[in-house]
Amino acid sequence: MSTSLEPVSDDVEANDNIHENQYLTFLLGDEEYGVDILRVQEIRGWDSVTTIPNAPAFIKGVINLRGTIVSILDLRERFGIESVDYNELTVVVVLRVKGEGKDRIMGVVVDAVSEVYHIAENDLKDPPDLGYAINMDYMKGMATVDNKMVSILDIDQLMSLKDIDSATESGEKA
Amino acid sequence: MSIDMSQFHEAFFDESFEGLEIMESELLTLDVGAGDAEIINTIFRAAHSIKGGAGTFGFMNVSEFTHVMETLLDEMRDGSRDVTQFAVDSLLESIDVLRTMLESARDNTEVDEEMVAARYAVLNGILKGEQGDSSVKEVEAPSLAEASTEKPVGAGWEISFIPHTNLLMAGNDPVRMFRALSELGELRATVDYSNLQPFNELVPEDLYLSWLLTLTGDILQADIEEVFEWVEDDCDLTITPLAANVQSEPLVVIESEPETIEPVQVSAVTSVKEQVSENSVADNASVNKKPATKPKKATESASIRVGIDKVDEIINLVGELVITQSMLDQVGEDLEANAEVASSGAECGSQKTNADILLRLSKGLAQLERNTRELQDGVMRIRMLPISFVFSRMPRLVHDLSSKLNKKIELLVSGEETELDKTVMENIGDPLVHLVRNALDHGVETPDIRLAAGKAEVGTLSLNAYHQGGNVIIEIKDDGAGINKAKVRAKAIEKGIISETDHLTDDEINHLIFAPGFSTADVVSDVSGRGVGMDVVKTSINKLGGRVVVESEEGKGSVFTIRLPLTLAILDGQLVTVGSESYVIPLIAIIESLQIDRAQINAVAGKAEVYKLRDEYIPIIRARAVFGLEDNKADLHESLMVIVEVDGAPVGIIVDDLQGQQQVVIKSLETNYRKVETMSGATILGDGTVALIWDVNGMVNVHKKKLNNGVIKA
Repeated sequence: MSTSLEPVSDDVEANDNIHENQYLTFLLGDEEYGVDILRVQEIRGWDSVTTIPNAPAFIKGVINLRGTIVSILDLRERFGIESVDYNELTVVVVLRVKGEGKDRIMGVVVDAVSEVYHIAENDLKDPPDLGYAINMDYMKGMATVDNKMVSILDIDQLMSLKDIDSATESGEKA
Repeated sequence: MSIDMSQFHEAFFDESFEGLEIMESELLTLDVGAGDAEIINTIFRAAHSIKGGAGTFGFMNVSEFTHVMETLLDEMRDGSRDVTQFAVDSLLESIDVLRTMLESARDNTEVDEEMVAARYAVLNGILKGEQGDSSVKEVEAPSLAEASTEKPVGAGWEISFIPHTNLLMAGNDPVRMFRALSELGELRATVDYSNLQPFNELVPEDLYLSWLLTLTGDILQADIEEVFEWVEDDCDLTITPLAANVQSEPLVVIESEPETIEPVQVSAVTSVKEQVSENSVADNASVNKKPATKPKKATESASIRVGIDKVDEIINLVGELVITQSMLDQVGEDLEANAEVASSGAECGSQKTNADILLRLSKGLAQLERNTRELQDGVMRIRMLPISFVFSRMPRLVHDLSSKLNKKIELLVSGEETELDKTVMENIGDPLVHLVRNALDHGVETPDIRLAAGKAEVGTLSLNAYHQGGNVIIEIKDDGAGINKAKVRAKAIEKGIISETDHLTDDEINHLIFAPGFSTADVVSDVSGRGVGMDVVKTSINKLGGRVVVESEEGKGSVFTIRLPLTLAILDGQLVTVGSESYVIPLIAIIESLQIDRAQINAVAGKAEVYKLRDEYIPIIRARAVFGLEDNKADLHESLMVIVEVDGAPVGIIVDDLQGQQQVVIKSLETNYRKVETMSGATILGDGTVALIWDVNGMVNVHKKKLNNGVIKA
């Protein structure tokens, strides 16, 4: 579990503790979430996808991103937040995800992108484990910026497809 | 030298392996007894290139080894040596050793020195005139020195080596030469230090010693001379054949002052070797002890050799494409001009009419389509190699196996020029070898059985390849015993693959041999029969998007037919619609498509549906159910069904709609997502959207699972 975190923590040790990272934040309802900006490849408007049969509901499908097939994941569905209809503000944040020896390009559907924040490494606090809406494994930490609370996501954990097993495909949970 | 030689290594290895293949195939065509000079010449040239290349790139072990082979070939070429079966077999085995050496050099791994030493021993044995009693063939020499001690002692050489004092100045090291000698045979060195100057007069750079060497073993004088090649002019060298009794030979050097000199008996090879190891640690390290890095497996050769004609063809096609482009450009300009005229309101007689332009536009687009297709074909052909790359392994395999199995087999190969994608080629080699082994081991009978069955003593194995409608078909046909259906059936029941009560057609029984863990061989031989194999063959062929079927008639023989796509990058597909999505079904899997007649549908045990097509009952799979979608037509009347072949049997898949057929470029779904059981990949359609490509085997599997889980009710 912690292996995929290493690159980030190495980075911190190499520099000093006041090292700042940039985070791109986006909105899901009223909540604001951030991802490491270096992992963001592009931001594009929502476009129709090709659905994958028997995939879990949070996998919306695949799109053609300049010749590569990229899967799109709905973050609301992933977090189990009530889903909304996609509108003209709905965007897909295309991220580079590290996992099991290879990098994957994946898109996440979010309500809207918000800001780019500089957050110092030591301003990033461990999230309180208070029956929070989302699985703690997906969280890297929390920070307060301009009196707003931002949850920083660990996208490698979040986008890991490990828990989609073939059982889903064979319809056992369907 | 500042040139980095390693950049040429890949080319060297490619060429060397090619050379080995040439040597191998030529050796197999070589008639024992009467060696065709031209064939031997070809083999010699190939060996010579490898030797030269290996020398240049510093793979000394390879070049030395090849040299020995070359010597043998040279003698065969000038007729001073007969071409014997033993020599040919030895050369073939030497090629294997050489291949291993080259592979180790390429992958930076250790060479199995024992194997090389044993091979040296055999080759030297032949050179020395041994005519291959099998004991020599089997020699397993732990080291070079010991290998040679096993030879009849008595023959040997006495070498008087009196170096001039300046020998060391030229960078020559007697110790190194002795080591080389000790590799030829058992070496006894006697030093004469009578000329040694008193310590205060000693010039450290001068050499005052001389030696008397006795070398026992079967050694060619030329080999010894070669060791002294570089010092010929800096010493007095006499090489005389050793009489049977070594001791009776006068010690030439020390004769002058026998009383004062106590011959220092350097106790044979070991001491010399010790000395060597001390003196040339660095040397050793660089030659023998490659740093124990992890043997990194060289990736499948990433380069490809392309015939210049193919490249020229592409250049031509690109030229045509440029012409088409400028033609369309012209059309665009004309249209623009027309639009301007139209907007200005003026009518001009010289203007081309829109209808005329439209005609040219459609002509241009048609041309563009043709150019694109041809260019695509041309570029694809770059990746295509003749199947002879795989077939060429077979004569050797048949040659080796038939002698091992005591069978007489004639191999007929046809269609070697049939071209196949490089990736497919690389992955089809092993399954093919497996099928050929099986045909030889289980198929073709031993001569006595064949004669008893009224067949020709010599069995025939034919390999054939040809193109058929965008596929490559490879046939492996033998005229052996065929598949013993009763035995296969019994075995399958025993292994629990089928049950006693199952009624199977002959064809189905034949296909049982592809079931995992199935083997009917009475004796597990080292050739085949471990029960892994046929299912692996089948899996690897399926992985390539191909299929394998077997036809067999007891007593007459079997035919394995492999059907492969020409390339892995492009696929001919049938577009179908299920729900709101379009999917691609690989054409290779489709047998036919039809509209369902309700009357022909039957439900079996209230669970699975079957469709009666002509005389066959075909299981029905509803694609919507597999994908977890709502059924739109419960009774299936007039629904469209695509009949695909899964594991040699037809299966009908109900789809919503059939669209056109089209060539699609295969994209991986796994790169950025994961494996989807029902899909083999994805493609991008003309409108830029993604369509998934079905894996019909996966469809059937998911259907079965859903049926068992009760997710689908028929």
